[in-house]
Amino acid sequence: MSVNQVSVFLENKAGTLNKLTEVLAANNVNIRALSLAETSEFGIVRMLVNDVFEATNVLKENNFVATLTPVLAYAIEDKAGYLNNLLQNFSAAEVNIEYMYAFAGKERAYMIFRVNDTKRAESLLNSKGLKSLTQEEISAV
Amino acid sequence: MGNYFQEEIECAPLEKIRALQDELLPKQVRYVWENVPYYRKKMEEQGVTPDDIKSAADLHKLPFLSKADLKAAYPYGLLAVPLKDCVRIQSTSGTTGKRVIVFYTQEDLDLWEDCCARAICAAGGTNEDVCQVSYGYGLFTGGAGLDGGSHKVGCLTVPTSSGNTERQIMFIMDLQATILCCTPSYAAYIGETLKEMGYKPEDIPLKAGIFGAEAWSEEMRRDIEKTLGIKAYDIYGLTEISGPGVAFECSEQRGMHIQEDHFIAEIIDPNTGEVLPEGSQGELVFTSLDKKAFPLIRYRTRDICTLTREKCSCGRTHVRMTKPKGRSDDMLIIRGVNVFPSQIETVLMNNGYAANYQIIVGRVNNTDTFEVKVEMTPDMFTDNLGEVQARRKVLEDGLKAMLGIKAKVTLVAPKSIARSEGKAVRVIDTRKI
Repeated sequence: MSVNQVSVFLENKAGTLNKLTEVLAANNVNIRALSLAETSEFGIVRMLVNDVFEATNVLKENNFVATLTPVLAYAIEDKAGYLNNLLQNFSAAEVNIEYMYAFAGKERAYMIFRVNDTKRAESLLNSKGLKSLTQEEISAV
Repeated sequence: MGNYFQEEIECAPLEKIRALQDELLPKQVRYVWENVPYYRKKMEEQGVTPDDIKSAADLHKLPFLSKADLKAAYPYGLLAVPLKDCVRIQSTSGTTGKRVIVFYTQEDLDLWEDCCARAICAAGGTNEDVCQVSYGYGLFTGGAGLDGGSHKVGCLTVPTSSGNTERQIMFIMDLQATILCCTPSYAAYIGETLKEMGYKPEDIPLKAGIFGAEAWSEEMRRDIEKTLGIKAYDIYGLTEISGPGVAFECSEQRGMHIQEDHFIAEIIDPNTGEVLPEGSQGELVFTSLDKKAFPLIRYRTRDICTLTREKCSCGRTHVRMTKPKGRSDDMLIIRGVNVFPSQIETVLMNNGYAANYQIIVGRVNNTDTFEVKVEMTPDMFTDNLGEVQARRKVLEDGLKAMLGIKAKVTLVAPKSIARSEGKAVRVIDTRKI
């Protein structure tokens, strides 16, 4: 199952990211993973959050432009070589990665991928025994 | 059958209008000669006296008045009656930094309100309508003009003035307002707010809008019409000549009828002052035929447009003017090229953006910098950085194609550009020229 990532448009200037975190904090939204892509004028914040519905609602109410993007999340051993193993499967299945980011948990590490054809990639990787995490699983990490 | 306020004059045959102008102009010129020393002096300098003005055909012999004259004659220099005969002043919004005060006698107010009443009827208004006037009340002519016109038509007039958008919407919904009068940018904002509140066009009781006092594009019209579920009519006027209602659109929505029983319109070459034939593009010049307190003759509006006498399906016979390309006050010269904000608006709306933008012009190393700030919208946002950049590039290419010069497009956060409740601040020009 793919998970919903919240992507938010931000102007590239001092204080804008903080305004975003302020809104999320005030509404008790917990960010599980975050990455930032930027150009000289604007950026896109990509986040996995504990409550996607609440997050998108409060962002909209506070005049942020946000969109949901399906991404694939995989849990791997937090040891040398495991990301390499995972990516070998992507290569073998010819899945192209648009972008990825990662975070390490207490026991395992979590890899988040945006691919061009999420459904196809998921089933190809599934057939190689790789189970992507569900929204609940990510929230529970 | 059309809906007219004063059918006999609005639909009069051209010969009748011409005969009226031939009768009124010589009288008015003599009246001004006798009562406005400032203009008399200008006539004397040009070697023309009231005896030279025998009909409307002699209008071209008279000197022009411009905004500079109004400034020089401030505040009483162009007043033609004693102050005790005046009942009212209005003042320009001062967007160009030169405040102008104009005076009205009771007859002047009547003729102005008649013109506004004609505009409301042309938009389909009758005494069955609830007309919400969301133009600013006060010194600005928008509120007072449409308010008076609405009374004359017999509409239930809701004088909300501008601002407090939530209250505007409450009145529209609770009193089932059918006509909205305001600036187009405020209409767009009210529409946007209604949409955010979950109202669909069919839920909104409005059927017509009368929008003016700033330049707006056809694309913006279509957008407002769609969001509010109305027909949007353009209205034109200027404080110096009386206020809104000098010209207005009819059901045809193809040009605005100029109220020729009160005003003569000419199109001139803005450089030479020469009168151009019908159909030519040039600067619009107005002469008021029967105003008493502030009777301007050959006033240069600095608005660029064309006139047409083509037959109009609405039945009105008065000459039509095209939507001004922009007041020449609004026109920017960037890297030597004329740029009207309305052209930028057209490109934005054609590409799916809202008409909320800001133009920032500066000068670095003797070269003009030209930036257009555009608000990101949910429809135009995607998670893909390359795609967002590509859409920005499409806008830049569109502007280049429209204007002939390159503009830098900056995408900014939604609602970060101040919304107008009166006239929008579209241009920030920091050049010191």
